[in-house]
Amino acid sequence: MAFKLAIASGKGGTGKTSVAINLMHRLSKLNSHTCLVDCDVEEPNMALLTDGVKKVHEAKVFQSVAGIDVSKCTFCRKCSDFCAFGAIVVIPGVPFARVTESLCHSCGACSYACQADAIYENAVEIGTIRSYNTPDNRQLTDAILKTGSPMQTVLIKKLKQLVLGREQDIFIFDAPPGTSCPVVETVSDADLVLLVAEPTPFGMHDLELSVALMQSMKLPFGVIINKSGLGTGIYDYLASNNIPLLGEIPFSKTFAEKYAGGSIMENIPEEIHVRYDQIAEKIWQIIQKSSYEALSLTSFIHA
Amino acid sequence: MHKPFEITIVSGKGGTGKTSISLALSAVIPDAVLCDNDVDAADMHLVLIPEVKETHIFQGAYRPETDASKCSACGDCIEYCRFNALRMGENSFPILNRWACEGCRLCERVCPEQAISATHHNKSQWFISETRLGPFVHAKMLPGEENSGKLVTLIRREAKNLATTGNFRYILSDGPPGTGCATIATLTGTQLVLVVLEPSKTSLNDGIRLLALTRSFQLPVVAIINKSDMNNSMCNRMEDLLKRNNIPLLGKIKYDEQMLNAINAKQAITEYAPNSETTMEIMKVWKKMEEQITQLYNPTVIQ
Repeated sequence: MAFKLAIASGKGGTGKTSVAINLMHRLSKLNSHTCLVDCDVEEPNMALLTDGVKKVHEAKVFQSVAGIDVSKCTFCRKCSDFCAFGAIVVIPGVPFARVTESLCHSCGACSYACQADAIYENAVEIGTIRSYNTPDNRQLTDAILKTGSPMQTVLIKKLKQLVLGREQDIFIFDAPPGTSCPVVETVSDADLVLLVAEPTPFGMHDLELSVALMQSMKLPFGVIINKSGLGTGIYDYLASNNIPLLGEIPFSKTFAEKYAGGSIMENIPEEIHVRYDQIAEKIWQIIQKSSYEALSLTSFIHA
Repeated sequence: MHKPFEITIVSGKGGTGKTSISLALSAVIPDAVLCDNDVDAADMHLVLIPEVKETHIFQGAYRPETDASKCSACGDCIEYCRFNALRMGENSFPILNRWACEGCRLCERVCPEQAISATHHNKSQWFISETRLGPFVHAKMLPGEENSGKLVTLIRREAKNLATTGNFRYILSDGPPGTGCATIATLTGTQLVLVVLEPSKTSLNDGIRLLALTRSFQLPVVAIINKSDMNNSMCNRMEDLLKRNNIPLLGKIKYDEQMLNAINAKQAITEYAPNSETTMEIMKVWKKMEEQITQLYNPTVIQ
């Protein structure tokens, strides 16, 4: 069984993508069937930050959206009553019947409601899935949401369906920021979720929200502190809640400046390299045991 | 009747400093109702320390429940569900995966035994509060909740009501990262968009996507570059992008360690360091923003 590793954070800009690319770099040396999947479809940046990637394939993604054939419609309004998302407006007097595409969840309730066979389904473009090869011949796949489409969660679902059909041993999923449905979709089947947190007041608060999500979804998770040194309260929080700390990346303004220029794997200070090596080693142990038990070992909680 | 003017702060990429800048402006703009639109990871309240005046329940997505005494285990609900949210349990009783359920209620409609009933999931809340910097509308979303866009629309409407009845001139909305459903909900119908960028490759890339979205909404946009001295060549590229798109650059804020100290002290930078270079720049940004607003909405006024 392939191992699914998801990387998430409540707050944006904590360094999810950097962590994902660095772990990919190390884990793919240990197992060549390791691939990266950028699920931040609102702003996919992984390919941009990975040097020398080549796009090998791209395909548009469609979602079926309900429509009403007014020539068959009896304006009974049953579809509109059945729609839980307020996506259908029917005005018998005019007569008028229409589906607001951006509110439609393609659930099929209106088709079920309609006795007149007036509901049809249309394919609407929601984004594009793109597959890349890295210079060391690993797969990187992302998806980009069509401008103005609110269907990011459906796109993430389709992206995951596609890549999970490929023969790989380790999948690294990079989640969008936040704690709502797109994040749920990305992490839902993960064997381990890494929460990347910043030790600042906003970072800590958003980490608590992510932890609440992990706990209610009953997902195994651990924390990586990025930009460590900016605050200390996070250690007490992790220790008192028994949350495994899997590693720390110290804050370095020089590194931040280089990262801003776009090179993640180049010019990483030796000190940060060592930290990532340590984190990758821990994750590798967990993957090999394929078990969360490894995480409960107290040796991983260094407060 | 008096109409309030809404300013919305967004960034595309997360972690560029939206919330810190929103707070800094909150302390500088007189006469504003504040609204935290980033309901996924709301942070403004950590600094504003609101005194909650009203607490309301947000009617979340529908969630079905099955009455075991009525269920005949026919499996219709499972067959009709397009989200694979139901499966037959060992004791011939459908089990719901609440994380996959979108709340469409089709299972409730198709059940021949009327064994399923769906009710609103009522665990998210929204608040009207008083703060030292003005009235504040904010929300606490249950992690993993489906309807963050709907909640954003609701609190923006409440902020507008509050500003209208209380005769406030402005509404200052702190938006979410990204370009998907929550961002669309935050931008729809706002009057001026302030984009907070940083000089990095990822912020540039996400900024281009965000500008495509604001253009599709035909919204007036102004920008600031935060941490502008992080990478000079990226900063130049950022300025070129803004110039090409005719977007006024209202200010450049240098990387300032005091920003984090202010948040740690639960203050906006403009409160914490009123004489700092950063505060001066924020005040300049507000002055230019006021000029923009005058130009945009009172073109006939001669000054």
